[in-house]
Amino acid sequence: MSNNEFDVIIIGGGITGAGTQRDCAMRGLKTLLIERSDIATGATGRNHGLLHSGARYAVNDPESAQECIKENMILRRIASHCVDPTDGLFISLPEDDLSYQQTFVDACRRAGISAEVIDPELAKRLEPSVNPELTGAVRVPDGSVDPFRLCAANMLDAKLHGGQVRLQTTVTGFIREGDTIRGVHTRNLVTGQEQDYYASVTVNAGGIWGHDIAALAGVTVGMFPAKGALLVFAHRVNNLVINRCRKPSNADILVPGDTVCIIGTTSTRIPFEECDCVAVTPDEVNLLITEGAKMAPSLSATRILRAYAGVRPLVSSDDDPTGRNISRGIVCLDHEERDGLKGFITITGGKLMTYRLMAEIATDAVCRKLNIDKSCETATTPLPGSEEGSYEAVARKIWEKPSMAQKAAAARMGSRATRIQTRNTLDQALICECEEVSVAEVENAIERLDASTLTDLRRRTRIGMGTCQGEFCACRAAGLLAKAHDCIEKERADLADFLQERWKGNFPIGWGDTLREAEYTQWVYKHVLGI
Amino acid sequence: MKLQEYTLSTHNFEECMKCTVCTAYCPVLQVNPLYPGPKQAGPDGERLRLKDPFFFNNALKYCLNCKRCEVSCPSGVQVADLIQAARIKYDKSPIKWRDRMLASTDFMGHLARPVAPIANAVTGLGVTKTMMDAMFKIDHRRTFPKYSGRGFESWMGRHEKEQAAFAEQVAYFHGCYVNYNYPRLGKDLVKVLNALGVGVQLLEKEKCCGVAMINNRMKTEATRNAVHNVKALSKTVDKGLMVLTTSSTCTLTLRNEYPALLGVDNSGVRDFIMMASRFIFERLEKGATLHFKPDYHRKVAYHTPCHMEKLGWGVFSEKLLRMIPGLEFTKLDSACCGIAGTYGFKRENYEASQAIGEPLFAQIRTINPDVVACDCETCKWQIEMSTGYSVMNPISILAEAIETNKD
Repeated sequence: MSNNEFDVIIIGGGITGAGTQRDCAMRGLKTLLIERSDIATGATGRNHGLLHSGARYAVNDPESAQECIKENMILRRIASHCVDPTDGLFISLPEDDLSYQQTFVDACRRAGISAEVIDPELAKRLEPSVNPELTGAVRVPDGSVDPFRLCAANMLDAKLHGGQVRLQTTVTGFIREGDTIRGVHTRNLVTGQEQDYYASVTVNAGGIWGHDIAALAGVTVGMFPAKGALLVFAHRVNNLVINRCRKPSNADILVPGDTVCIIGTTSTRIPFEECDCVAVTPDEVNLLITEGAKMAPSLSATRILRAYAGVRPLVSSDDDPTGRNISRGIVCLDHEERDGLKGFITITGGKLMTYRLMAEIATDAVCRKLNIDKSCETATTPLPGSEEGSYEAVARKIWEKPSMAQKAAAARMGSRATRIQTRNTLDQALICECEEVSVAEVENAIERLDASTLTDLRRRTRIGMGTCQGEFCACRAAGLLAKAHDCIEKERADLADFLQERWKGNFPIGWGDTLREAEYTQWVYKHVLGI
Repeated sequence: MKLQEYTLSTHNFEECMKCTVCTAYCPVLQVNPLYPGPKQAGPDGERLRLKDPFFFNNALKYCLNCKRCEVSCPSGVQVADLIQAARIKYDKSPIKWRDRMLASTDFMGHLARPVAPIANAVTGLGVTKTMMDAMFKIDHRRTFPKYSGRGFESWMGRHEKEQAAFAEQVAYFHGCYVNYNYPRLGKDLVKVLNALGVGVQLLEKEKCCGVAMINNRMKTEATRNAVHNVKALSKTVDKGLMVLTTSSTCTLTLRNEYPALLGVDNSGVRDFIMMASRFIFERLEKGATLHFKPDYHRKVAYHTPCHMEKLGWGVFSEKLLRMIPGLEFTKLDSACCGIAGTYGFKRENYEASQAIGEPLFAQIRTINPDVVACDCETCKWQIEMSTGYSVMNPISILAEAIETNKD
């Protein structure tokens, strides 16, 4: 097999693509993943980061609920360094119908989700930020998951199993022989270099953009782009996930994720043209703050860091204008059976929570086509970084007296934190002070995790995600990137892009301290650094 | 659209703009590389600690709680409060016997006062210092404050009637130091206030303000004292009296630390607690007069204690001293002396403590004053021990400079 020939090509570097590549690679296939931007740039990185227990879907979509709870338990084992098993509450407020609680609990139990009705007083003790007027509470095994970390870990494991990854590379067309897809034409968006790759099977894991990829291959996949907007608050207000115990609606989930908490979402159908540049509207911000404060009143006076939106890759099945009633179920299309097009599979629908199952289903389909009989091991094999369990154990194993930054690195990288070289004080110096990211951790991401821009570094290390939103870390990290690429001019442009991108998220909530901080950032970069 | 009208966070930690001014002003960071600095220990660390107490960093114990970070912060972040609150909340290591001993100023004072001459002789002995160093890690190079045989409270008891005769009354929160170690400062205050026609009374029984307990994580004990003191202060304030103080640290504790670190509501009494230097200055400015000695001459260098800077009241002591005829006044540069109460007594902090204070000591030696003025007793111990110059509270200097009918 030559350098540009593979068993399987996966299009899309979101969690579905990364998971599918890992599964294929673990089953011994020669894999290539192609992503036109960076990892987790679509819906993968633009959601709550909720480790669903499935409770949210229990009443309306029992099938999804069952998938969720199964995958929830699997991710706790195989992705422990990406998961924060906080547990969650489904609270009833005075305006909610308390009788829904029983329907909800029954549905959870049918789906195999532990759902314990607890006294509102106990709920207040467990989660002091919760609205004290709550009339009921149910405790479920929700949690949070870091989608960037999860995606990077899957891709890293694929690479450790021989897989190859091409980021910043777009598919310009398919190589067709009659009714068979033989490979793809690609172009590197940075260098402009064009390259053909060949494979027996090509998997379309493009999320909402899978619609366009399918069209390029000459088949139709009817996607339903539904925008969801979210707000990031500057610190963790809650330590348990808080949901409303009612029919799923807007802005009724508050998730504590790493050092922040996130409220969402909305659901609005948008045209395909807008998928690449979704913006959060003032109405959405208003709705999120108002509804959020009903669950945790202190949110109304908590600093907001950013607003962002993602597009759910739902597969349209009926003409429901809100998209709420569409099944979040997994759709795997073998285009040979469906459209008579050989060597092409689309894996779509589903959610972050069920990515592993989606990958398993897609890989099973690939293996059937290749006549390979190997069983899936992704449900039992820990991802790289998750072998040791808790980050406390990892930190104490590596360092006798771990510093805050070392503890934070262990929490981000799990057992892979051993890869961080701390030879001298420069390696230990902080790039990002808000999230405690050291020079060594950033260098590791540049060398081993395919990070070539500041935004790539953000997804892998959390630089720029803290309260200062890049004010101090961006220029420091840019220095390391410039050194690694030996190019100052390109890095200056990257730095400007990064700051612009940070501002994009600050803009919809640009008031108070966040605006002050943004002003200060502008002074630093414009007047001190001359950018 | 509906904007958030305001935002709130514990000790204002989210107001931090990451400008790093506090880090530049931190005296510890300049001498101890093990300390992460106020920004990282305070607002940055807080976000991680909220995620998981595991992220608490034991190096926060190097913070000497001087509050210079808070004074420097342009965003009003209570950085030092964040750090002390985190130490109280997350540091689960047992509190050392040494720390309990150092922090229990009331208890130690009770024990030592009846046998003051012996206690003073014993704590001054080289062998005692060696033993205390070996047993408790109290640095042997440290000089201990002397205990006074007769407490200030009993002296006041003997002068109660005489003081009650004044038409105008104020109350005095004297603190442990005046009662157990240095009653003269209290007597000086009474002398000056009497000269202004004001009589002095004590609270119904004050307890140690608790600052040393707070800094040594003894929250339960500190809270007990705080609750007691607020009750005693309320009784006095309800009578319409101001409560004067001569120690900047006790004052800061009563006014700021009770609500911020102990959750004890002092809103009813806070505005009635005032440093005596401010009270007297404002009196004089409004036209009250004191009779100064005609031939008085003193070269005085004034050191503003860190907690006086936090109160923002150093200016009153300075102006008061400048009013004294014959007083040659120099203001020392804003700097921390390094002792920070019990901090500098601990062996692990001795070197850092002395290194922090060195620029201040050097300036005092260069100026070569007759006396150093300062509103804080622990600064006094530190400066006297480290430079050999004697240190007096501005109130004592004022008392020395005035003539009264009794003189």
